[in-house]
Amino acid sequence: MTITISMTVNGEERSGLCEERTLLVTFLRETLRLTGTHVGCDTSQCGACVVHLDGDSVKACTLLAVQAAGRDVTTIEGIADGDTLHPMQQAFHENHGLQCGFCTPGMIMSALDLLKHNNSPTEREIREHLEGNFCRCTGYHNIVRSIAAAADMMAPGKA
Amino acid sequence: MYAFRYHRAGSIDEAVRLHGNCEDPGYLAGGHTLLPTLKMRLAQPSDLIDLGAIDALKHTSADTDTLTIGAGVRHNDVARMTHPIPALAGLAGEIGDFQVRNRGTLGGSIANADPAADYPAALVGLGATILTDRRQIAADDFFVDLFETALEQGELVTSVAFPAPRRAAYMKFPNPASRYAIVGVFVAWTASGMRVAVTGAGASVFRVADMEEALARDFSPEALADIQVSEDGLNSDIHATSDYRAHLVSVMARRAVAIANA
Repeated sequence: MTITISMTVNGEERSGLCEERTLLVTFLRETLRLTGTHVGCDTSQCGACVVHLDGDSVKACTLLAVQAAGRDVTTIEGIADGDTLHPMQQAFHENHGLQCGFCTPGMIMSALDLLKHNNSPTEREIREHLEGNFCRCTGYHNIVRSIAAAADMMAPGKA
Repeated sequence: MYAFRYHRAGSIDEAVRLHGNCEDPGYLAGGHTLLPTLKMRLAQPSDLIDLGAIDALKHTSADTDTLTIGAGVRHNDVARMTHPIPALAGLAGEIGDFQVRNRGTLGGSIANADPAADYPAALVGLGATILTDRRQIAADDFFVDLFETALEQGELVTSVAFPAPRRAAYMKFPNPASRYAIVGVFVAWTASGMRVAVTGAGASVFRVADMEEALARDFSPEALADIQVSEDGLNSDIHATSDYRAHLVSVMARRAVAIANA
């Protein structure tokens, strides 16, 4: 059955039509046209679809859109400040943290959730945190480096 | 996935009532097994009853000898908690990956009773009690078989009470891709004696009486050195043969005892 749902997406109230069985990632991409959130595996494993739901990183391919109704969703489109990249995006740019770029939105949204709980993670902690994010270019080394650089940039007392 | 009707329950009573009124319903907790199952069209519920908005399922309380965790508490919440059973926090922090732990819940995990899930080992290993909307069930009686529990039609897990052990540890050999336990062993020195619970190896979690008796005499890894678990009836698949799993039970049990003693 077609239903109308509303949620806050990147700070704006958004509504759209979907079915009860529509996945959040499908709603974001196809209804709201926010295509920065990617579908990689569609089996909850690769992490290309990670978004924040009420501040927690979740896999948008394993959540119904209707479950997010009335709640707060942040996607990769919502983290930059106008034309100024978020420090995490800037760190990926400066450290060659993306190759093909497909996994990058999920990597960034996942990494932001790590820094929320641990603002100076060790390399090992970063690698363990990325357990649910796959990079098929295997560019993990620079991704880890990017996240460490972002943690430095975002550390309390700096910008 | 096939179409279904969606309901967001506001209370335990409402969830159970909805379940009773629907043709072929299912409860939706964290959804990290259910939604992938629906995507593969391996199940076709008429209605999904979302438990995510029921605050009464998210309470946790602790006194000196019991930790009670609501069925709707997520794995990451248990992992981050300061509470009297560090082994349980450690177990919760090793389930799946970070995003899975942000959605998956205690109640959802045990009601699903995946043979390779981690929580069943903790419940049986600690001698926990499962509280539902209508009764209490001892963990030893709760897990019946492959994906089968003692829960009745529509019965909803509301919380789990874990007695605090004197010493405890969980050790698992995870599948490198899924992080499910190929074998996981929870060892506990509890007020009611020694308990050794094994997940991942069989159709359902099981205890190893020989190990429990040996640990009662001497709570050390060496006490388990000569105890072999029979491979009869153990799981055998592309990830590990039954023989290998039987071997891993001994290795993981010894490591768990060593950690419990550390």
